[in-house]
Amino acid sequence: MFAYVLKRVAMTIPVMGVVALFVFALLRLAPGDPAAVIAGDYATAEDVARIREQLGLSEPLFVQFFTWVWSLLQGDLGTSIFSGKPVIELIGQRIEPTMLLALTTIIFSILVAVPLGTIAAFRAGSLVDRFVMLFSVGGFSVPVFVLGYILIYVFSLNLRWLPVQGYRSPFTEGIGPFLSYITLPTLTLSVIFIALIARMTRASVIEVLEEDYIRTARAKGQSELKVLMRHALRNAAVPIVTVIGIGIALLIGGVVVTESVYNIPGLGRLVLDAVLARDYPIIQGLILFFSFIYILLNLLIDLTYTFLDPRIRY
Amino acid sequence: MSYLRLGRTILAAALAVPLALGATADKAQAETTLRVIPHADLKNLDPIWTTAYITRNHGYMIYDTLFAMDENFEVQPQMVDSWTQSDDGMVWEFTLRDGLTFHDGAAVTSADVIASLERWGARDGMGQQLMASAAGMEAVDDSTFRLTLSEPFGLVLESLGKISSNVPFIMPARVAATDPFEQITDFTGSGPFVFQEDEWVPGNTVIYTKFEDYVPREEPASAAAGGKVAKVDRVVWQYFPDNTTAMNALMAGEVDFFEQPAPDLAPIMEANPDITVEVNDPLGNIGFARFNHLLPPFDNADIRRAAIMAMGQEDYLASAIGDPDFWKTCYSVFPCGTPLENDAGSDVMATGDVDAAKAALDAAGYDGTEVVIMQPTDIPVLSAFSLVSADKLRNAGFNVKLEAMDWATLTSRRASREPVEEGGWNIFHTWWIGADVIDPMAIAFSGNPDAGWFGWAEDAELEEARAAFARATTLDEKTELATKAQERLWAIGASGQLGQFFVPVAYRSNVEGLIKSPVQFFWNISVE
Repeated sequence: MFAYVLKRVAMTIPVMGVVALFVFALLRLAPGDPAAVIAGDYATAEDVARIREQLGLSEPLFVQFFTWVWSLLQGDLGTSIFSGKPVIELIGQRIEPTMLLALTTIIFSILVAVPLGTIAAFRAGSLVDRFVMLFSVGGFSVPVFVLGYILIYVFSLNLRWLPVQGYRSPFTEGIGPFLSYITLPTLTLSVIFIALIARMTRASVIEVLEEDYIRTARAKGQSELKVLMRHALRNAAVPIVTVIGIGIALLIGGVVVTESVYNIPGLGRLVLDAVLARDYPIIQGLILFFSFIYILLNLLIDLTYTFLDPRIRY
Repeated sequence: MSYLRLGRTILAAALAVPLALGATADKAQAETTLRVIPHADLKNLDPIWTTAYITRNHGYMIYDTLFAMDENFEVQPQMVDSWTQSDDGMVWEFTLRDGLTFHDGAAVTSADVIASLERWGARDGMGQQLMASAAGMEAVDDSTFRLTLSEPFGLVLESLGKISSNVPFIMPARVAATDPFEQITDFTGSGPFVFQEDEWVPGNTVIYTKFEDYVPREEPASAAAGGKVAKVDRVVWQYFPDNTTAMNALMAGEVDFFEQPAPDLAPIMEANPDITVEVNDPLGNIGFARFNHLLPPFDNADIRRAAIMAMGQEDYLASAIGDPDFWKTCYSVFPCGTPLENDAGSDVMATGDVDAAKAALDAAGYDGTEVVIMQPTDIPVLSAFSLVSADKLRNAGFNVKLEAMDWATLTSRRASREPVEEGGWNIFHTWWIGADVIDPMAIAFSGNPDAGWFGWAEDAELEEARAAFARATTLDEKTELATKAQERLWAIGASGQLGQFFVPVAYRSNVEGLIKSPVQFFWNISVE
């Protein structure tokens, strides 16, 4: 197992190298020039050229690439062209809201979706099952921003129970403010994940419930609850965990709409703003960071399989 | 843990929250905070390095200026106490007010002023013209400095008191020594607020605190001029990427002031009795359809004029802005309501007649060359302008191709002088704030293709009028020369001007003391 983990960690290095090359090339091929954005309307061509020179953008591409890679090897993700702040510092400022939003969303989604999916599977074809499936279809279909605005309208503007927007850190401002600010974004994001996980749970459990060992367990006189919890759910867990892992990865890199609707200063918005302004170092640094998170999560998911299913060995 | 202990723990935690909130409330009573939604994200902090309006506004928070424009568009002293001018207008001496200090406690000196003006003069258009006419600047003593001109320049005070980018902000000499093409890293100013660098979260929050040692002028605040009295302890800029969320935050009382709400949200906010929506910028913005004068078909002035004839301003403004309370037609190239407004030559813009445009286009010998319009889809107003232009020009007989892109791509591509098939373009749309195009010296009105604005108009007569304007000293002279410049601008069809539109501000009833100005200032404002 340890050798396997080491091997997987070692494999991240060439993968990250390919990602770095790909991201660098893609950004340079895309139209747009940060120097022109900075220079504004008054600038002459000479001004733009001088800004490009100051930013190091007039160097040949291979020089720019190797300069960046050399910095990466020293643990330096670069400096934002616009703010002049180190990319690592910008990620540090934004990572907490994104991670905690992902965490609260995934926890809430699991707590709601797994029981819902399991009950739907256990009562397949019943009214409960149809309700869960209806909710799933609805959850997939409603755009996040529409749901966000509805929740804000009801809970913030009308009932005045929760704030419209923003983020409060549980570490510096306490758990109460944190929960009041994170509740609506969590609810908004959870709907789609509840739908996804509930469907996956339902399908997996239904499949497992048809296995011979379930029939054997029942024949031995075990209660339905025990059959469901001890035999069915555990054996159905592998695909569910896979979906949850993918969900976490998506939540860390792809919640830009929710972050915008609730004005949460997270990583999704950082990457969007950087793309619109062509702030190359931020985009490059963030995509490398996201790819690292994806690789790490995949590794964790694979390792989790061994705990859930002893037959899986690495 | 027993149930009893668990219960006590929960109770203690529940009590801790209101106690903590109470402590916060006490602190809030002790200090006043103005919570602002600015018009854009403050991405960089050097108002000389970039022309971005949000960075200019940041500059006004933390820096001060020698002169400033008042609400009547007249230049008034700000950091300067008194000044003299030689009889021939070639030697100027300025003396600074007493008590001017930087945020680090150092006094503002002539050396700081000279270094700041030199850096500004290397980047700003008007600054470059002033420096080109200057023989030199020297410190007479710590509070007095001398500007000696090598040739007559009639816009010395207008340059030093210009209200919009790049504003000649005064920085410490050590900061102003930074290469003008490199960002500064020290944000020490002498303005009414202090920038809290360690609390800056790019893309989200900027915090300023009141500079206790700032000595405001005694005159009442008037646009950028007059006393800059900081009436709140903190100003928090919280950037919202989403306009609807920003509006919701204002309606819920989570922020006090919304600098530029989309005009179509105005009716919703106006329905809330705690919110006022009003136009705070008397000059507004001027829409432009800019032609590339280097490429066919718009290398022909008659074809440019034919295109302009098709452009009725009402359709642009109605589709991009909507509510007629927030726009008006204006056929003067200088903003309506300003001293140089006139109607010379503006018939071509006021035509708005497709049939007249068709006839003019036929007469000009248009050969069906494709017209590429760059459409920045991430900026709704400009995207709408582009769509209206495409429709109007097609109706007039142009062969139009609309190319969608984001603003960053457009800013890069518009700098290209190459043919369209090699990355060039024919038309892009933008707007200038009224204060930026208040006279013929604006780069938007340049007739020099080597040093002018993208599109590279060329007209010797226009340049003569602009140069004479720069030397003119009386309002009559300036008015005559501005009129002549306008005639030339319409005669060569430099750009289509799409009217004047106003983006309102929205604020809660606890906010008082807003200053009417083309630039949003945060001094003089108090919150209850």
